[in-house]
Amino acid sequence: MRSWSTRSPAPGASPEPRGGGLGGGRLRLLQARARLALRSFRSGMAVFLESRLGLLSLLTIGVFALMAVAHPILMGTVWDADTYDPVTGYAFDATEQPAPPSWKHPLGTDPLGRDVLSQLLSSTRSEFALGITAALVTVTIATTVGAVSAYYGGLVDSFFMRFADLVIALPSISLLIVLSALFDLSLFYLALVIGVLGGFGGTAIVLKSQALSIKVKPFIEAARMAGGGQFQIIFVHIVPNLLPLSLLYMMFTVTSAIFAEAVLSFLGLLDIRMSWGIMIHTANAGGYLLSGTKYWWLVFPAGASITLLCSAFYLAGRALDEVVNPRLSRRDG
Amino acid sequence: MASYLARRIAQMALTLFLILTVTFVLVQAQPGDYASFYALNPDLPPDVKEQMRATFGLDRPVWQQYLIHMRNTVTGNFGVSFGHFPRPVLEVLAERLPRTIVLFGTATAASVYIGFLLGKAIAWRRGGLLEYTATISGTVLFTAFTPAFALTMIWLFAFRLGWLPVGKFLDPLVWRDADVTSTSVFSFMLLTAVAFVGFAALVLFISGRGDRIGRRWPATLALAAGALVAALAWTLSGIGPLALDILKHMVLPVATLTLISFAGTMLLTRNSMLETVREDYVTAARAKGLPDGQVRDRHAARNALLPVVTSLIYSLIFALDGSVIVESVFSWPGIGLTLLEAVRSEDLPLVMGAIVFIGFLSLLSHLIVDVLYAYLDPRIRYQ
Repeated sequence: MRSWSTRSPAPGASPEPRGGGLGGGRLRLLQARARLALRSFRSGMAVFLESRLGLLSLLTIGVFALMAVAHPILMGTVWDADTYDPVTGYAFDATEQPAPPSWKHPLGTDPLGRDVLSQLLSSTRSEFALGITAALVTVTIATTVGAVSAYYGGLVDSFFMRFADLVIALPSISLLIVLSALFDLSLFYLALVIGVLGGFGGTAIVLKSQALSIKVKPFIEAARMAGGGQFQIIFVHIVPNLLPLSLLYMMFTVTSAIFAEAVLSFLGLLDIRMSWGIMIHTANAGGYLLSGTKYWWLVFPAGASITLLCSAFYLAGRALDEVVNPRLSRRDG
Repeated sequence: MASYLARRIAQMALTLFLILTVTFVLVQAQPGDYASFYALNPDLPPDVKEQMRATFGLDRPVWQQYLIHMRNTVTGNFGVSFGHFPRPVLEVLAERLPRTIVLFGTATAASVYIGFLLGKAIAWRRGGLLEYTATISGTVLFTAFTPAFALTMIWLFAFRLGWLPVGKFLDPLVWRDADVTSTSVFSFMLLTAVAFVGFAALVLFISGRGDRIGRRWPATLALAAGALVAALAWTLSGIGPLALDILKHMVLPVATLTLISFAGTMLLTRNSMLETVREDYVTAARAKGLPDGQVRDRHAARNALLPVVTSLIYSLIFALDGSVIVESVFSWPGIGLTLLEAVRSEDLPLVMGAIVFIGFLSLLSHLIVDVLYAYLDPRIRYQ
């Protein structure tokens, strides 16, 4: 609550009281907000942890995060770069490549003599980077688009919503394949493209309908009476209330980004050093996939990682849905 | 209905226009330009280069090229493919289109039907063994890495057990003496399917007119007769064995696609059913003493169908988009594999033609589902 009762709500008055009330009042306000945030975080966490799948998926994500952290540490201490580098290393100790799992190479080596465990761990880091970048881009765009089109309505609204319909109808994998033909897609650009496609697509529609229900709440009316400007209302009052739902859609974007990367790498279309998709691509190109279970370490770790991390983010999103979705939630939002 | 249809077609035309613009901008934005791409390609004879230049207007300003691009697309003139040299892009795509439609139409129909049946069953009897098995296996298959799963299917059923062919869409030994092309066989198959669906819709419509519950045998009989006539026609036409060969090659990709995607429809049907079973008319139907199966199928499931129809759009686009993956793993030479091969060999005209085709197909399926939905739910029509 800014001090709107003392100010005259003259139309056209300076909308931003920032800096005006700095001091004790401002501090107390921040404290109160922090307490509120903490309390809602705790109760949200309790609902989240009630679902077994949510807890399990959080644990899975944690294990993968540890794997991502472990790679640089292992490279710095135990593993020497000549043997264990995920791209340029070569296992001189093995007599034939791909070598089966041994003490030196817990997951064996690939057809080019590179350590599979090292590849797996170093890919984890880039998958996280890709997923989180794409999710941030998606959520930034979708939240802004959703809030703006809910607030203004009319022409802006129908433009963005028709555009979202168009983006949904686009076959995204085919589009990414075409893009990879025309440009050198690196990990960052891939994340950007996936993020933009997600942000203007279905996520924007969902966030807009949520923003519509926020727009009619009394505190928006109060902010407008207090002389709040359009940007202030959108970004200070509507957007923060959208953030829980945005977080949910971040989870789903991570899943689709990792999946898209794996598919494109599997088809050999990306300009990336190492990833789970490239590991499967290498095994497939060498013809090791149809040998069934004999060379299991070439395919199984990477394939299982893709499935596990994708479904972990997906299920975490589902569990989060119970917390932030007012239709499913039992507490008063 | 007519005005709704007109509005939707206008929207679709606008969307197609946007897709065409985007493809044009993409080509313009790539490093290097289209003109030098043609000029530097040593495989093209000079007269073809000249013809290309005229077709795409490569020596004119960009805005004129844009107009030419639009006109070319509308008239279906995508130029000549590099990879399949003297053949025009349109001819290559037209040859491959029926293969994609047959494969993915079958797979989508199968996955939606199975998903609907399962979803209906698990919503009706909650907490059973079926619910847990179906939900867990469905989710695992849904999130599985598609290429790896498809390769596992090939390894298991084609390689290890040897029940089904490994890949491709026909067996050359069967087709050696055939005097028809595979494209025409595919077209006939598609035609048969469309005719049968139309016939079935007509029969069900007529039998629904005189709606007498419990008397379904005339409709069943008519459908069986229709199927018999179709089978007889195929046997007598002499290309029956060829079609059978194609069907044998279709089993594995269709099964893979169905297993991957049935979970989406199943979970959606389940959620939608859980809402409808609480409605008053379901209680009323039960109170009338109707049999359990009839309450489920005719009262609850019918009304739970609406969101499933909406999701059909996403299933179709998902299938079309996944066609690149599945077609490449199964070496099924449809539109998706064509796109991938064109991208790998930098066959730009074919790439552009294929993406426009895929975009057009997804819009068309969007339109068909929308019309179906408006037919099922009158509220949409009168908005």
